[in-house]
Amino acid sequence: MQLGKVVGNVVLNNKNETLSGITLLLVQPISSAREPVGRVIVAADSVGAGVGEHVFFVRGKEASFPFYPTEVPADAGIVGIVDHWTVG
Amino acid sequence: MLLARVVGTVVSTQKHRKLEGGKLLLVQPLSLDDTPRGGELLAVDGAGAGVGEKVLIVLEGRSASDAIGQKAAPVDAAIVGIVDRVDVVESSR
Repeated sequence: MQLGKVVGNVVLNNKNETLSGITLLLVQPISSAREPVGRVIVAADSVGAGVGEHVFFVRGKEASFPFYPTEVPADAGIVGIVDHWTVG
Repeated sequence: MLLARVVGTVVSTQKHRKLEGGKLLLVQPLSLDDTPRGGELLAVDGAGAGVGEKVLIVLEGRSASDAIGQKAAPVDAAIVGIVDRVDVVESSR
């Protein structure tokens, strides 16, 4: 998993039916020093995250597990909202 | 699997139910000479690790899920052991 910050949302009109009702959010991966790391990604949200919140997300097939038994075609998913973190 | 150093802890109240009760740690993957390799990752702890310890992590969903005793948990990285010692007999570099 990685830390990230929600920076926006994505709305699809014509989408794969298995994505119906699933919120897609733009997430900027960040380091523990709150610096952006790499490119912004689109992630499926299963925890009710909102813009501006710090979250952690999972990459790969596991991103679809929160929506089981629907086989959601997603490769990144937000699985938690971060309260705070400590380094060292 | 990768060698990594535990560098921090993460607290999350609102998370997927299969992650409830699990400990989330920030880990920095390492090269064989203990220098950082790539970016930090967030891993669930399946070995009772703490900050500062050198650990073995898996970067694969099914294995990570197994490490925390869950089936189909939405995780992609887990700590599976605390490293006592690494013996490098012949380095490729």
